[in-house]
Amino acid sequence: MSVLLLAELDDGTLSAATARTVAAAAQLGPVDLLVPGPRAAADQATAIAGVAKVIHAKQALLADGLANLLAGLAEGYTIIAASASTTGKDVMPRLAARLDIQPVTDIVAIEGANRFVRPIYAGNALETVTDPQQKHVLTFRASAFRPAASDNAAPVETLDTDIASAARFIAAHRTQSDIPDLATAQIVVGGGVSVGSAEGFKLVEALGKTLGAAIGATRAAVDAGYAPNDWQVGQTGKIIAPDLYIAVGISGALQHLAGIQGARKIIAINTDPEAPLVKIADVALIGDLFEILPQLTAELEKSGVRR
Amino acid sequence: MKILVAVKRVVDHNVRIRVRPDGSGVETSGVRMSMNPFCKHAVEAAVQLAEAGAADEIVIVSIGPKPANDVILTALAMGAHRGILVETDQPLETLAIAKLLARVVAEEQPDLVLLGKQAVDDDSNHVGQMLAALTDRPQATFASEIKLDGTALEVTREVDSGRETIGLPLPAIVTADLRLNTPRNAALPMVMKARSKPLAIRPATEFGVDLTPRLAVEKVSPPPERAAGATVNSVTELAAIIAADVNEMEAI
Ligand SMILES: Cc1cc2nc3c(=O)[nH]c(=O)nc-3n(C[C@H](O)[C@H](O)[C@H](O)COP(=O)(O)OP(=O)(O)OC[C@H]3O[C@@H](n4cnc5c(N)ncnc54)[C@H](O)[C@@H]3O)c2cc1C
Repeated sequence: MSVLLLAELDDGTLSAATARTVAAAAQLGPVDLLVPGPRAAADQATAIAGVAKVIHAKQALLADGLANLLAGLAEGYTIIAASASTTGKDVMPRLAARLDIQPVTDIVAIEGANRFVRPIYAGNALETVTDPQQKHVLTFRASAFRPAASDNAAPVETLDTDIASAARFIAAHRTQSDIPDLATAQIVVGGGVSVGSAEGFKLVEALGKTLGAAIGATRAAVDAGYAPNDWQVGQTGKIIAPDLYIAVGISGALQHLAGIQGARKIIAINTDPEAPLVKIADVALIGDLFEILPQLTAELEKSGVRR
Repeated sequence: MKILVAVKRVVDHNVRIRVRPDGSGVETSGVRMSMNPFCKHAVEAAVQLAEAGAADEIVIVSIGPKPANDVILTALAMGAHRGILVETDQPLETLAIAKLLARVVAEEQPDLVLLGKQAVDDDSNHVGQMLAALTDRPQATFASEIKLDGTALEVTREVDSGRETIGLPLPAIVTADLRLNTPRNAALPMVMKARSKPLAIRPATEFGVDLTPRLAVEKVSPPPERAAGATVNSVTELAAIIAADVNEMEAI
């Protein structure tokens, strides 16, 4: 079984998610990694353990173009896979329908050559499926897999493609920040709508900075304009699996909990001892975030936990 | 312009679901059902385009059992013009759904098809993209803004790195994200009026699509439970716990 895996890129560089999806895909067979973007990203990808060959395509494409590119390469592979990112979600179902395949997406565990586990109902149930189709189209949740090592030196093959797309890229509105990638971060500090303002959200960001953490937010906090949309964690946002998640003023709606079930340890700061998030937290501090956060950040600064 | 909106009837998003003890699935009998929230945003987007004079007909299609009529009526009450229920009692995979919708698209020839980006039951996030492939139309998924400019769309999408804007010619497929708009609650007179709007019921078997599932669902199980832990009483105590955790992490 050979795997064609679509690499995950962010602004032309290889994302941390790629090494994780390679680790997942490598459980199923030798992996050829398709890198559509700058040559430097393809070169970077050669180091990932489990990659047999890097296929470099110079064009960065939108969904229809990418699906066409993958379809053109599909013949040589039994599995075509990607990360369950917004790119993978955009492209892979389109590819699957083109190839007349029912895809299996958001895989969190591989239980055999064609047996996979995926969450449904916002993670409140886990579905185990067997896929008896001859070819498989899959997406993996990067956060559910440990990254592959980087001790490889795979060869690079360059594709001369000229693929047309009916859709046209107009502009990116990126959230510029130097904080770690949310989906793969080891520590995440999340803030809810109870911070009351974008200013209030800064208290959450300050704690995150002290810990070298990524920042998450609830849908309510994003809707209110306190945090950018790509910080949303949950059923319809990002899925995270940090070693430590600190949830500040977050009630713990099931749609939010959907995104944090993979967290190893959860700490809740909330005025309400009955909040669902407090009920599942490993450690809780009941109190007002506006009093707690400045003091907590200061104490941690003092104790010198800088990462 | 003619708009087709596909809507799904699902377990209401506020219901805490229960996995059947025998592992055969999620309990759906006797559970409150409603329109998938993302589909509501898709309907609202269509109605707003009609109100702006950009669309003259909105057709709603749902695939499911007879009670799925209810979600079509909800969409008609929000302002859509007519509905089609593709009736089946069988649970269908997303590929089969997309194939049925492709047949409806072939019949109706809409300029724009709007769908929710995902359904909150199976969380698949497939159908819009599949329909785009099957009808060979461009797609814009996870839309948080839709602008119509003559025969082209400019759609802003919510993506992992923030947002991006893409342009696409009509006919096209767009899937709605939650920040696209605020769906209206239909006023009672609209709900009454919806009942007199045309609603065609057509058996799924009539479309000549192979509906046989491709995958075998072996079991559905509940996720591991998280138990409540300890409550600490001071910030100092909490800081000590966090510092210890972080230092341990560094040691790995
Ligand atoms: C289809 C759908 C998809 C959704 N997807 C997502 C998703 O992906 N992610 C997501 O997060 N949500 C999602 N939601 C929304 C979700 O249902 C909740 O509305 C949201 O998570 C609530 O956010 P919150 O915890 O910030 O706000 P609230 O639920 O209002 O909770 C605020 C919390 O702050 C506490 N609090 C108040 N003041 C203070 C204070 N001074 N100090 C400390 N604590 C305080 C309160 O006790 C409460 O627990 C979705 C909803 C739907 C319908």
